[in-house]
Amino acid sequence: MQPFERSDPAHDPTLRDPCPLRRLGHPLAFSAEEEDRIERLLSRYPTREAAILPMLWMIQDRHGWIPEEAVSLVAERCGVPPSHAYGVVSFYTMFRREPGGRHQLQICTNLSCQLMGAEHLLDCLRRRLGIGPGETAADGLFTLNEVECLAACEMAPVVQVDDEFHGPLDDRGLGELLDGLRARAAKEGRI
Amino acid sequence: MAAEVKLLSRNFGSPESWTLSSYERAGGYRTAVKALRMDPAAVTEEVKQSGLRGRGGAGFPTGMKWGFVPKDSNSPKYLCVNADESEPGTFKDRYLLELDPHQLIEGIVITSWAVGIHRAYIYVRGEFGLPYHRLQAAVDEAYAKGYLGPRSFGTAFDLDVTIHRGAGAYICGEETGLIESLEGKPGRPRIKPPFPAVVGVFGGPTVVNNVETLSAVPWIIENGAAAYRSYGTEKSPGTKLFSVSGPVARPGVYEVPLGLPLKTLVYDLCGGIRGGKAMKANIPGGSSVPVLTREEAEGADLDYESLAAAGTMLGSGGMIVIDEETCMVRALSTLMKFYAHESCGQCTPCREGTGWLRGLVARLEAGGGSPADMDKILSITNRMIGTTICVLSDAAAMPAASFVTKFRGEFERHVGAGRCPFRSDPLLAGAARRQDHA
Repeated sequence: MQPFERSDPAHDPTLRDPCPLRRLGHPLAFSAEEEDRIERLLSRYPTREAAILPMLWMIQDRHGWIPEEAVSLVAERCGVPPSHAYGVVSFYTMFRREPGGRHQLQICTNLSCQLMGAEHLLDCLRRRLGIGPGETAADGLFTLNEVECLAACEMAPVVQVDDEFHGPLDDRGLGELLDGLRARAAKEGRI
Repeated sequence: MAAEVKLLSRNFGSPESWTLSSYERAGGYRTAVKALRMDPAAVTEEVKQSGLRGRGGAGFPTGMKWGFVPKDSNSPKYLCVNADESEPGTFKDRYLLELDPHQLIEGIVITSWAVGIHRAYIYVRGEFGLPYHRLQAAVDEAYAKGYLGPRSFGTAFDLDVTIHRGAGAYICGEETGLIESLEGKPGRPRIKPPFPAVVGVFGGPTVVNNVETLSAVPWIIENGAAAYRSYGTEKSPGTKLFSVSGPVARPGVYEVPLGLPLKTLVYDLCGGIRGGKAMKANIPGGSSVPVLTREEAEGADLDYESLAAAGTMLGSGGMIVIDEETCMVRALSTLMKFYAHESCGQCTPCREGTGWLRGLVARLEAGGGSPADMDKILSITNRMIGTTICVLSDAAAMPAASFVTKFRGEFERHVGAGRCPFRSDPLLAGAARRQDHA
């Protein structure tokens, strides 16, 4: 019997690498196409540091979130200490530091939307999804978040699905929207 | 409708208005060619004469702002376009970006020529999907045509324009917060002076202008300052885009001459309050400005001076209309949660003050407040105004003080009843339902 063999990182690649993305087989290195984009990016700014936000966006657009390891990678490319890059990632609310659902649902509950019934719409979302703000549905399809004004107040109450605004929404409209997203995912074999 | 004057929004209804071909069919980019043949100082002078004021919220004279940039600077000068629209109730820049991005690019070319700038950055709010894609496509088209890049429009003038996406932080709409963010840092505002015009982004003299401000520049250069001044009032010339939201019949973006009676915008253009209800209050310039009562609002005109005389501000023109069924304590509670969330935390009066205001107003709303709370709120707001690096602190304090002062009776009713008088009592509602079934 070799009791320690299984937990020895040298023998088990799933334990050797703490990054869940790499465990799933996603390399964290930049692709050749991304390397080209980084070169172009760096040429747009007089300092390398200024490319931090665009590089973080590149990572989030590809993976859906920003793993810790990727932050170090960005820091290295931009010539700043990793602590500085972490400080940037954690300052901005749109950078996600953990994986979420396939679609990000963001409901605005600021004043203009509140005046038009956002609180009721949030209740409808809770009921239809079985989750609250900050949570991801069990089927992995939706992550729900409550956000501040989205600058789409004429559509109040408004829900942003990924980067698209939908509104004004009532419970029925919300149902149709969610059904459409579910049907699309089913067709693509996601659930 | 007659009250509208469409100078900046004239192309909004054209098919595919966001494309280069559509913009050029309507005469677009001819003004940039004209400006590039003018003396840069003459372009600045025309904008000064037009009386154009910053449309992001502060209302500072645009030509004067350009004039603060030193002519002979050793370090490169920059233009930062503030497209980080995030003042609650404001969405007019989104329309300008989605529906007429080339008008903004033309404004950038003319402004850069006037000030001697060769690098411009458009800082776009991170949540903006469609506006970002349309703007990027427009910039790509302008590069492909040789309007941007080296030898802009075939002249000796070089101009590079880069779009930079924000990532969700209200404070990055403050000009020095924006500059910090563009440099790859958290968006914490800088102490002024030095002002951005002297030391801005990357250590160079920097002009920071709002999307709407720059979008007005081509019209002014094309038609002249006098034509622009034929709209609006003596001290508030020209037109302004208002974003109107809340329970009005037709919420949306309206371009009107400054000085228009507020009543005309709310009751005529927007069709009044839904369901035949009455207006209770009006926040005319985005959530950061003091609230007006119905009487104050109905007597006010939409220009910088009239709104200042009414004790509020024109701000971004993000008008939030509040009807008679709205609980003002609840409304303020929502706003205070926003400012507490968005304070960057570097100044104590703002970090602590916004947290205290959020807590006190939320407690009052829930019916747990005490009669001393209203004075406590006013005392806190007194210590928040003018005591911090940027005006986010003031932006939280001004609505708080005005809500409590003007609608004190509603706050007192919450304390007296121990609950929100606007929310129906669940027990009574249940009894009514049972009676319906009987």
